[in-house]
Amino acid sequence: MLSTSTSTLVFWFLTILIVASALAVVLLRNIVHSALFLILTFVGIAGIYILLNAEFLAAVQILVYAGAIAILVVFAVMLTRRGDISESNLFNKNYLAAGVLCLALFILNTFLIGQTFWTIKSGEPPLNNVGAIADAFLGRYVLPFEVAAVLLLVAMVGAILLARGVNQDQ
Amino acid sequence: MLQQYGIIAIFLIGGALTAIAALLVNWIIRPKLPPVGSKLNTYECGLETQGPTWIQFKVSYFLYALVFLLFDVETVFLYPWAVRFQVLGLFAFIEMIIFISILVIGLWYAWKEGALKWQ
Amino acid sequence: MAMEGIFTGIAASMRELLAGAPPWLENLSMGFLYLVGVLAFIFLNALYLIYLERKISAYMQQRIGPNRLGPHGLLQSVADAVKLLGKEDIIPRGADKWVFLIAPILIFIPATMLYAVIPFGKGMIAADLNIGVFYFLAVASTTTIAILMGGWSSNNKYTLLGSMRSVAQMVSYEIPLTFSVLGVVMLAGSLQTSQIVMAQEKVWYVLLQPVAFIIFFIAATAEVNRAPFDLVEGEQELIAGPYTEYTGMRFALFYSSEYANLVSVSALAVTLFLGGWHGPWLPSWLWFVIKLYIMIFIFMWVRWTFPRIRIDHLLSFNWKVLLPLSLANILVTGVGIKIYQLLTLGRW
Repeated sequence: MLSTSTSTLVFWFLTILIVASALAVVLLRNIVHSALFLILTFVGIAGIYILLNAEFLAAVQILVYAGAIAILVVFAVMLTRRGDISESNLFNKNYLAAGVLCLALFILNTFLIGQTFWTIKSGEPPLNNVGAIADAFLGRYVLPFEVAAVLLLVAMVGAILLARGVNQDQ
Repeated sequence: MLQQYGIIAIFLIGGALTAIAALLVNWIIRPKLPPVGSKLNTYECGLETQGPTWIQFKVSYFLYALVFLLFDVETVFLYPWAVRFQVLGLFAFIEMIIFISILVIGLWYAWKEGALKWQ
Repeated sequence: MAMEGIFTGIAASMRELLAGAPPWLENLSMGFLYLVGVLAFIFLNALYLIYLERKISAYMQQRIGPNRLGPHGLLQSVADAVKLLGKEDIIPRGADKWVFLIAPILIFIPATMLYAVIPFGKGMIAADLNIGVFYFLAVASTTTIAILMGGWSSNNKYTLLGSMRSVAQMVSYEIPLTFSVLGVVMLAGSLQTSQIVMAQEKVWYVLLQPVAFIIFFIAATAEVNRAPFDLVEGEQELIAGPYTEYTGMRFALFYSSEYANLVSVSALAVTLFLGGWHGPWLPSWLWFVIKLYIMIFIFMWVRWTFPRIRIDHLLSFNWKVLLPLSLANILVTGVGIKIYQLLTLGRW
């Protein structure tokens, strides 16, 4: 185990990294730069998972978000790009409303976190949690697990239908 | 466990620092002349570059990325299952076969609709 | 045998030296020691694999290859590296400067990190993670980002097209790659690389998973963008793919991480399918290195034997042949293990 002070230090480093890069995603004017900072946010969150001893989840975060979602985002940008790229992620006139909404959401979340009673388990977390995940989704949570497959199927069918529309337009 | 990830972090930082160090050596010993002529032009085998580079790409790339994402999410479920496979018994095996067959239907649909065809 | 303990002996004496030190200092210096070892391995391999590749291709084409610098041209790569160190650093006028500058550094990070979970010999592993194999696949999947950054930021049509193709190819072949590893994980019942090697003490998994090994090999060739899947940088059409605008050390970083990835993916193949460091008489790390170079030689042999294939063939081969085949392999492996369990243990 790392000492508590080291993990606190790492935690603060990661938090600042996540928040800063998330802000960069919103504020930067070039949408490709925003997408790259989004990847940095994902990687930072993977670091938080590792601090929580959830190593499998951290690897999933890297594999799915940094490896797959990021590529999907960049390809989507490439697909829709028109005009000048350095002015592609600007504020529109709704920024005030969006700001108020985000602030309200932030206050609500902070309030809820403050209200929740967090149970803190004593003792060490299990060393190898991959097997426990399998036991959970093949045992107790088998229905959500199969529904997830249907959800993925629906997403794929929907995307193909949309893309076919694009092809016919051209 | 966190100790091992400390080593991973050292590898991460060390990899970056090595690359930066190599670039630094390059920076020290390379000639620092102002670039002359067409040195800074985009390289297109001698021809002038025409039109913008960052244009709209075709939808095929996006579709491949999408199908990839779905199967990538599937691997996330398959790995824990594979680790516990020998212990879990026949029922878990059948559950996973159902899970995979639902996604294979998706693959079959993508195939049928020509989403896997490079146009 | 004395040879066996050379590297573990160095690590042990380092630990002994640090016996009185606080634990964080010990961990930090041990991590640093592993890092130095891995980096030395990467750079030596990058230098000499380029030489080896040129020699092998030359002999396959009835040429001599590099033969002027040093005996048999052995210093050729060193001279090339020194030359690249002294080259100008060109940033094209239209480039997106910061992304262009960061991409070569970013590509080197996963290339280094992949080596952390490779068991080079008995007890010779930098970080024996519980999720070793999965970690490898996850980190390897981030390589695409750096390639995309390099290709996009150069503001050159060839680099952009090359990087887009490269990413489409790499993500497509990642799926059969991950699925082919699953067969091994099912047999070993663990993701830990050291455990997988231990489980192969009697039988190498290449014998139990021949189909998976072939799928792994094909997909790995595509992952490291080597011929016949090198249309990313097919020089007749795309100049040098995503690396076209890079000069000097930045180009060298891209190039050496490409070779580093070749070595690490071969090392993973040895670990998963060829019994890792297991072998009689010789020290374990030597066995590992011998198997590693046999794998690398096969990669080179394939590269200089097969012609490049077309992109539509490349992608449809992946989705319509390799992916169904790897799924079928998982199914057959599962049924096989269940039947074996029924016969030996009397339960499913």
